[in-house]
Amino acid sequence: MSLLDVKDLTVRRADGRELVTGVSFTVGTGDRLGLIGESGSGKSLTALAVMGLLPAGMTAHGSAVLDGTEIVGARDGKLDGVRGRAAAVVFQEPLTALDPLMRVGHQLAEPLRRHQRLRGGPLRAAVMAALAEVRLDERVARAYPHEISGGQRQRVAIAMALACRPKLLIADEPTTALDVTVQAEVLTLLDGLVASRGMALLFISHDLAVVAGVTDRIVVLKEGVAVESGSVRDIVYEPRHAYTRSLVNSAWELEGELDRMAP
Amino acid sequence: MNPAGAGPDDAENADRAESHDAANAARAGSGGSAVLEARDVGFAYRKAAPVLTGVSVAVSPGRSLALVGESGAGKTTLLRLLLGLARPSSGRILFDGGEPSGREFRRNVQPVFQDPYSSLDPRQRVGRIVSEPLRSLRLLGSRDEAGDRVAEALRAVGLPADAARRYPHEFSGGQRQRIAIARAIVCEPKVLLADEPVSALDVSTRVRVVELLAELGESRGMAVVMVSHDLTVVAALCRDTAVLERGRVVEQGPTLAVLGSPAHPYTRKLLDSVPRLSRAAGAGGERASRPERP
Amino acid sequence: MKRSPTFLIGCVLVALVCAVAVVSLLWLPYDPSDTSGGRLVPPGGAHWLGTDKLGRDLLSRLMVGARIALTVGFGSVLVGGVLGVTAGLLAGFATRWLDDTISAVLDILIAFPTLLLAMLVVAVRQASLGSAVLAIGLAMSAIVARLTRVLVKRVLAQDYITASRTSGTSWPRVVTEHVLPNIWPTLLVNLALQLGLAVLAEASLSYLGLGPPPPNASWGRLLQEAQATVLTAPTGAIAPGVLLVVLVVGVNLVADGFRDLADPTRRRSR
Repeated sequence: MSLLDVKDLTVRRADGRELVTGVSFTVGTGDRLGLIGESGSGKSLTALAVMGLLPAGMTAHGSAVLDGTEIVGARDGKLDGVRGRAAAVVFQEPLTALDPLMRVGHQLAEPLRRHQRLRGGPLRAAVMAALAEVRLDERVARAYPHEISGGQRQRVAIAMALACRPKLLIADEPTTALDVTVQAEVLTLLDGLVASRGMALLFISHDLAVVAGVTDRIVVLKEGVAVESGSVRDIVYEPRHAYTRSLVNSAWELEGELDRMAP
Repeated sequence: MNPAGAGPDDAENADRAESHDAANAARAGSGGSAVLEARDVGFAYRKAAPVLTGVSVAVSPGRSLALVGESGAGKTTLLRLLLGLARPSSGRILFDGGEPSGREFRRNVQPVFQDPYSSLDPRQRVGRIVSEPLRSLRLLGSRDEAGDRVAEALRAVGLPADAARRYPHEFSGGQRQRIAIARAIVCEPKVLLADEPVSALDVSTRVRVVELLAELGESRGMAVVMVSHDLTVVAALCRDTAVLERGRVVEQGPTLAVLGSPAHPYTRKLLDSVPRLSRAAGAGGERASRPERP
Repeated sequence: MKRSPTFLIGCVLVALVCAVAVVSLLWLPYDPSDTSGGRLVPPGGAHWLGTDKLGRDLLSRLMVGARIALTVGFGSVLVGGVLGVTAGLLAGFATRWLDDTISAVLDILIAFPTLLLAMLVVAVRQASLGSAVLAIGLAMSAIVARLTRVLVKRVLAQDYITASRTSGTSWPRVVTEHVLPNIWPTLLVNLALQLGLAVLAEASLSYLGLGPPPPNASWGRLLQEAQATVLTAPTGAIAPGVLLVVLVVGVNLVADGFRDLADPTRRRSR
């Protein structure tokens, strides 16, 4: 059985408008799937629906089974056990994901205490180990979120997501707000962590080159509909759907000149 | 894609020599043919570390210059200085060899901003937005003239003439950026200063706006200065590139030379960081960057 | 373009109060200070709404009160609006220290009780309708100024302002072309709210003898006077209360309607 099985997922607004329509995909243990689409394609809503975190007024229909638990229609209390343990999310803007009034070390300790029931010395050691794992200095533990850089904050957010030892990591545009060089570092880090832990990855982005770099398969979303899915290679070299073709061609076009100058 | 118009190799080599001269001229401090120039410019807020130190860049008519760097490099500050919105703490900004002020300067140096949502007044019709420079600079002979010139500018950016009667919110992000470009070119400026003009746009829209900017620069003999962190856009649009790191220009010259054979380690790092399809889904289909799975 | 029904209802309500005020200038059932009607006569017969505890005709007093309510409401909004928007614009455009200074003054003014302010104004001038309008307007101006300042700062941070500046637009023109058109709808809705509060504030000032002196009866004074007899003669309190609600709701609906009409994004979606 796959870790995440999404079938015919539809997200509706209160006024009945469909923002995501009949999207289906599966993520098996250790799989890496990319969701790609332009603004308004419903890619982020799909991720939120999978976690049972849709904003108020929106409803999910269809089915999304995460690690054996049906998320669509489930009560919030039931999902608490699934979130974190089965899947954890890293969002685009790390500053809003961290509590501004709490030192980084404390924030990081919270999920460790909850999920791994650590206390005292072992907890401190686990916090330091978690920081080391995302290549952050121990001193970061004593800093407040606004005192560290955007890249460091995103590393902290990743460390917090990993602290629950999830089987699936959902990353929603995790590097879009970062500088290119920092983006490259964070992507390399994420790539290594997912591989070394055998985690599954659901990576959401508008940037085809980024998605292609960290995932194996891609689902292309357009206005809430999955128009095409396939291996990275097929999507990038043999796109079948007209929309995928235009997306891929645009990416190649932009990159073409740079590839010619600096192969 | 080749909107910058760089053709066969020999033409490019000629370019390269030419813009080497332009860059050298800028660095040497002689005005040369530069229309807009920063000469040994420094900028610091009171009691704070300098944002810019000894920056010299120049752009000549019909050419395009990219200011490349990451957040905190001072790109946007440099752009504000070039726009005459702030004065440098040291050094000079020169427009046509003179002071960057007055009506001629305002008319000839026009900006395009990153965010197509905040750059258009939501309560004005597009026609009024686009004609603002004409009205503010009193460049109009008659009332009808405004309508004609707005229509001409809208046509130049590929929007229908009836767009003038509509409001900004009726347009998509890419179309709004075209409206902002129409406003910038309506008074036929010599220099267009664009701050990350396409980074808020979707990829397919991005390509078209880059093409538009390149074409406008070419057909109108406008100099284009573009601030960007995206090297793919820079390679597609700009002939010359200046790389900024922490307020200093670490490398500059023809884009072909700067990106093709980067001399400074920071340029190389920037270049290596660009996510690329050609690497991600390389010919073999296997990613080299991926560590072995256990 | 279709006007919304709520806007029309608002117009009708405000027009109603204005009509009463105008009629009171030309015709009144009785002299509002005539005490010959008999004390606390119930509604009906010769006195449609009855009389108060001194025997004055309630309807006549209400009609005269409409004039005062409108004068106080619109007068203090005019004073508060002009002063507040000017100070707010100044603070919004000012350099750091001037902005800080204006903001500090505004904070003090807001912390100052309206009552104390009114006593100061009365001490300088004397208790009259004009003094009440001035005092309430002054107190209001601080709140309006603070709102204006925030709205102005938000607009000034937009790129279209920079674009406007780089095409050589002068600051005064930036204000009339971009700043005011973008802030007045929000200001208007706030001023409508303030108008209701002003009418109520006048009631408390009158109660303390700081408002327009008798025999001019404002609705606030009618409300206060009816307090003691509210159980035996409820009309005395209900009638001015209902008119007050009609005016406040009417003005708010009109302001909302204007805001919607001014907003191109809402206009389309209607």
